[in-house]
Amino acid sequence: MLNAIIALMSGILFGTGMIVSNMVDPTKVIGFLDMMGPWDPSLAVVIIGALAVFTPCYHLFIKQRSHAINGKEFNWTKNTKVDGKLLSGATIFGIGWGLVGICPGPSISSIAGGSISIYLFIASMLCGMAIANIDIFNKKCSS
Amino acid sequence: MENFTPWTSLLGGALLGLSAVLLMLFSGKVAGISGILNGLLTPKKGDFLWRFLFILGMASSILLLVPFSIELPTVSGQPLVFIIAGLLVGFGTRLGNGCTSGHGIVGIGRFSTRSIIATCLFISVAALVVFLRLHVGAL
Repeated sequence: MLNAIIALMSGILFGTGMIVSNMVDPTKVIGFLDMMGPWDPSLAVVIIGALAVFTPCYHLFIKQRSHAINGKEFNWTKNTKVDGKLLSGATIFGIGWGLVGICPGPSISSIAGGSISIYLFIASMLCGMAIANIDIFNKKCSS
Repeated sequence: MENFTPWTSLLGGALLGLSAVLLMLFSGKVAGISGILNGLLTPKKGDFLWRFLFILGMASSILLLVPFSIELPTVSGQPLVFIIAGLLVGFGTRLGNGCTSGHGIVGIGRFSTRSIIATCLFISVAALVVFLRLHVGAL
């Protein structure tokens, strides 16, 4: 029950953060990415705001715990290797993100807006994830 | 910088950070949206409901903001571009194990080298794509 309430609450907080910061508006995101244009640093301030809360809380209250409050292990990745998979994945994501100014968080936070473009984006994003889940992409990358 | 909105950006960002703290401290989970979504596609026993509720919370959060006369912006454009972008974002975030939230907030906050490099890389690539589209007229 605790897990369910926490999941719903953190989802609402996350969506609210996306909307309040206006990152659901692709023109804001493109305005940040367009560093040669009339630059809008808002997205950088969103990340700074998020890190200002998360970083101290993580290092003071979470890091030294062996388990989460619900008794489960923390599920962050133990992988510390910077490999070809990480670099190519980030590059491919960056191309898609730059094309429309939408990433996974804002797309889900915008579902209620009824935009066909958002629905097309979400549907194809899920397809892209499903393709990446196919075994051939999950072999260990040697680079 | 006439469109710069520092205070709402800072407040919204703080809410994202708070969300990530809450989910990790209580449930041990990473608030990375691409990872949470992907887990819905490959459901495992006991690992589905929290993901569904998190996404439901995100999708319905606008309802709490309507009383403050906050609305979602209108998003539209060429359908084919949104489809291609969605495919690249979905595929890339799985291959790279994270997006703006998982790498950009949780990973950087944990001082993960992988996340710092991934975030610098996807922001640079996205900025290059925007430059090519807006200033070179390519793509």
